[in-house]
Amino acid sequence: MIARVLSRFPAAVMLAAALLSGCAATPSRVDPLEPMNRALFQFHDVVDTAVVKPAIQAYIDIVPEFFRTSVSNVFNNIDDLISAFNDLLQGKLDKFGNDMGRVILNTGFGIGGLFDLASQVGIERGNEDFGQTFAVWGFDQGPYLFVPFLGPSSVRDGAGWIARVAVGPVGYIPDIPVRNTLYGFGAVDIRAQFVGAGEMVDTAALDRYLFIRNAYLQRRRYLVYDGKPPPEPEEP
Amino acid sequence: MNSPRPAARRLAALVLFIAMSLLQGAGVARAQEAPDVMVKRVAEDVLATIRADPAIQAGSETRIREVLETRLLPNFDFMRMTALAMGKNWRAATPEQQKRLADEFRGLLVRTYSGALNRYRNETIEYKPLRMNAGDAEVTVRTAVMRASGPPIQIDYSLVKAADTWKCSDVIIGGVSLVTNYRDEFNEQIRNGGVDGLIRTLADRNKGVAAK
Repeated sequence: MIARVLSRFPAAVMLAAALLSGCAATPSRVDPLEPMNRALFQFHDVVDTAVVKPAIQAYIDIVPEFFRTSVSNVFNNIDDLISAFNDLLQGKLDKFGNDMGRVILNTGFGIGGLFDLASQVGIERGNEDFGQTFAVWGFDQGPYLFVPFLGPSSVRDGAGWIARVAVGPVGYIPDIPVRNTLYGFGAVDIRAQFVGAGEMVDTAALDRYLFIRNAYLQRRRYLVYDGKPPPEPEEP
Repeated sequence: MNSPRPAARRLAALVLFIAMSLLQGAGVARAQEAPDVMVKRVAEDVLATIRADPAIQAGSETRIREVLETRLLPNFDFMRMTALAMGKNWRAATPEQQKRLADEFRGLLVRTYSGALNRYRNETIEYKPLRMNAGDAEVTVRTAVMRASGPPIQIDYSLVKAADTWKCSDVIIGGVSLVTNYRDEFNEQIRNGGVDGLIRTLADRNKGVAAK
């Protein structure tokens, strides 16, 4: 099933690209789907402003910080394990040691990841994911994508996201209400971390769509190169 | 037995030599403050001022901007930042337009920066060891904002040598360059309304008109 989605996903995107690139005034190299992406961004923005942002603000106002931090820590602990797995896939053994060290410390002494002891003793998070692994393996970034509710992405990072969902563990919980509750908490937790960033974009951007797109692509490039990206080639 | 005169003369020469080298040393130190030392001095000064200011603690945006104007912004080269953000369009602008663009871009960055500073004023900054060769005219100073909760935020400053000091020409937050992030937005504005269109949009944003 996942393999089928993966194999069809780029094909569908390419088709959409072919259909839509005709109407773009100046098709951008990184964002050939700009008209479609802009429409999706606008839709996302309306719903996000009207429903999601107020709900997230309520979560921040009502739920004590201690509890919210614990929720983040538990999800981050799982992501650290995924990061360690991706270190292996990319052959980064020193980073693997770092990330596994975090998982062992936080799971064992941080009560199943409720506390992020590793960060307190200065072991920083590795932040590797499948999108970066695909990049290291030589896959092209592909067209930029804006996915409503998930935010900025690309074909390569979208494939990474699907791989991430496929490895679980939340997806393999048989009890559907429990599974959905965890998905919901995961989504709320992530969105809550971006509340401040949204305010900054509102102040800084001339065109929020472009601002978010370019910031995302720069950030991903930085992560792929582990914080040491080579200088970008000048556009002709 | 030595006559006292040559000894006194030798001593005077030695004192003069030491005094001169000290003065010269002080002069060299002043002229070539290391870029990482400068970043640390400015950042800690701004943070200490903000933390100690009662008006800012009470939420005064105007006061934060005053502090930035007097203590932070003199260390930035806004003409250079604007030129980098404009790319090849910079040369198409007249000197007068370039000046207005730099002023408005400066205003936009100050608005953004004061909001961020207000949020992060209680965090501490870690300064990474500087890697630079003698004679480098451009250098990146790496820092990380250590937060009580959440991962540290990497903030790098690109500095360019200017006469006897260093001027900041870009701020890179978590890998996102503030300057290059604007390039497509500036291009788009210029495509739609020319250089004056971009100046107008920047001025509108600074007056508080929301972005689309």
